[in-house]
Amino acid sequence: MKSSWAARSLICVAVAALAATVLAACGGSSDSSGPRDLTFFVAIQPGGTIEEVSKRCSEESKGKYTITPEFLPTDASQQREQLVRRLGAEDSSIDIVGMDVIWTGEFANAGWVEEWTGAEKKAVTEKVFPNVVETASYEGKLYAAPFNTNTQLLWYRKDLVKTPPKTWDQMIEEAEGLKEAGSIQVQANRYEGYMVLVNALIDSAGTEILSGPEEVDLEQGPTEKALAVIGKLANGGAAPPSLSTSDEDSARLGFEAGESAFMTNYTFAYASAEAEAPDIFKNMGFARFPRVVASKPSKPPLGGFNLAVSAFSDNKDVAFEAAECLANKESQKTAVELDGLPPSRSDLYTDKTVTGAYPGFAQLVKESIEESGPRPTTPAYQDVTLAVQRALHPPDKIDPNDTESVYDELKSLVEDAVKREGLL
Amino acid sequence: MSVNVPANPAPPKAAPKASSRTRSERKLAWMLCAPAVLAMLLVTAYPIAYAVVLSVQDVDLRFPGEGGFVGLSNYSTVLTSSLWWTDVFNTVFIMVISVAIELVLGMAIAMVMYRAIFGRGVVRTSVLIPYGIITVVAAFAWQFAFSPETGFVNNLPLISDEMDWFGGRFSSFAVIILAEVWKTTPFMALLLLAGLVTIDDQLYEAARVDGATAWQRFTRITLPLMKPAILVALLFRTLDAFRVFDTIFVMTRGALDTESVSILGYNQLISRLNLGLGSAVSVLIFLCVFLIAFVFVKGFGTKLEEGRPS
Repeated sequence: MKSSWAARSLICVAVAALAATVLAACGGSSDSSGPRDLTFFVAIQPGGTIEEVSKRCSEESKGKYTITPEFLPTDASQQREQLVRRLGAEDSSIDIVGMDVIWTGEFANAGWVEEWTGAEKKAVTEKVFPNVVETASYEGKLYAAPFNTNTQLLWYRKDLVKTPPKTWDQMIEEAEGLKEAGSIQVQANRYEGYMVLVNALIDSAGTEILSGPEEVDLEQGPTEKALAVIGKLANGGAAPPSLSTSDEDSARLGFEAGESAFMTNYTFAYASAEAEAPDIFKNMGFARFPRVVASKPSKPPLGGFNLAVSAFSDNKDVAFEAAECLANKESQKTAVELDGLPPSRSDLYTDKTVTGAYPGFAQLVKESIEESGPRPTTPAYQDVTLAVQRALHPPDKIDPNDTESVYDELKSLVEDAVKREGLL
Repeated sequence: MSVNVPANPAPPKAAPKASSRTRSERKLAWMLCAPAVLAMLLVTAYPIAYAVVLSVQDVDLRFPGEGGFVGLSNYSTVLTSSLWWTDVFNTVFIMVISVAIELVLGMAIAMVMYRAIFGRGVVRTSVLIPYGIITVVAAFAWQFAFSPETGFVNNLPLISDEMDWFGGRFSSFAVIILAEVWKTTPFMALLLLAGLVTIDDQLYEAARVDGATAWQRFTRITLPLMKPAILVALLFRTLDAFRVFDTIFVMTRGALDTESVSILGYNQLISRLNLGLGSAVSVLIFLCVFLIAFVFVKGFGTKLEEGRPS
């Protein structure tokens, strides 16, 4: 008796659950007065920025929409792979896309994201750094609302180094001369972070990887200078033992462990050292990303996320509104407060949220972003970055005294890559 | 009497009877097989055919509406690329070394499992544990173990504290092969154990009476009688090892020339969304696997059915 009662109640629950699902499904499609569900695919931020801004914007919409974040992995290549698989299959379950600055050309050219025009375009680009707007644009059209940006600084140990070096050559020599902690932490694993380093060095040397979506630049003299820097670092005494597998996190760990006097890394490194390594933090200095050529100002790396509306969304009208809110001034302040992410609006750098997060170096961050060297914009970006990584990894393959053969390899691989030819 | 019996009438009469029965049986057999055949066509034949179709086209999901039929140019791109040949070498290298080690270790473990006097069930189950662990999880565990920052391996005696295992090609291979061997030796052992139990114990007793040493018994009785089981085990593992992906993807992502052909295919298909080129790589991998199976089945002259445990 008891068991049959249990079975009957189980069936009742199942039927009720099924009915609820069906009703909910009907409600979603026919009821236009309730809040619309928007799905926001974006990289996870450990400080909780995404949850916070999604919640605030949903509340501010006063019942117009509810934003549900869907988190992508922290690894940039895997974020992209998950997104492009869905977008390539025209998946309508994505409404808003958190787009890395390097994906714009690819996503826009493929018709996966919508163009921003009119008043909305004006609102989301207001007071935003021009070169950040550039990373959200393709062929003169805007495809995303700039959210956070990012740049790298040179972090150094004030107890070991009196004045920060101006150039990479000086830094390498100085590191090699140190009795302890004589290494430089960079990102040189075969992944996007290595492309960031290579691009910043090539731009700082006075040339570019691409001058247009399909035009390879890579002027020989400056490019070889940039390659020589990598070769000199990798083959000399300033290279940390796991240079060829290093990333942002291993660099930070090495610096915090006191193994290195220098590190190029994003702004998160400051708050991380404060929390994890107070002894090192006491002597942590900051300076601009070093130069490759003594006479030319450096062009620091530029990262960050822009928010785009998916072309396959069923809620494009409200998605634009929601993306605008997610990327607005208030949201950018949340990002710097919770996750230390630099805002894309230049007017926020005197705001106390930003000066509080970057004590003493808010202006340095601003200047670095303004004068940064963005990575190339091209629909074949993935091919270009794979080609660069393949040509130049491991970093110690570059002979600093004979960079020509590596240069030739790099140039021919990149030339094939923009045409999307060859295996990579 | 027999002269009177017509030479042929009976068989023609019987034949239609038998054939109608055979036919209906065959019909039943086909109907019983049909769902399986349909499922196989749907999930195997169709994707393979589609991959072949894609491989002769220039299809790139990032450039919808572009491209078209390009003949065999994707294949020539792959086959003339030094990258493909490097990756084939890497894959074969990992395959040969790991399968060889697995065979020796697997045989030893199979003997232990066979001879275990007490706790046979416990021994057999515990040996199988690595095989039950998801490859990606196992790969991460070994990666952490060998990492200079977090791992315990560099603290072991005789190993330099500074050793960067994933900083060189062959040291990376060593860790990759170790992880593969650790994970799949139990599978090898299990297949070999199945062959081992089919050998009649009386043969060993007879050999012992004749004064054969343990080594002679192993080489003269165990090995020859296990040949079919060994070949089945080798075939399974070789085909498996040729498609190695997870371990390398987790540990090096193919950096430092440690890439396997499967990772090459993944890069073209998933990362570049170049379906044409990626499908050409996949079809070539399929042909390699086919070739390996062919060589095993024809070359070694074994009927695989013999290897089945009775």
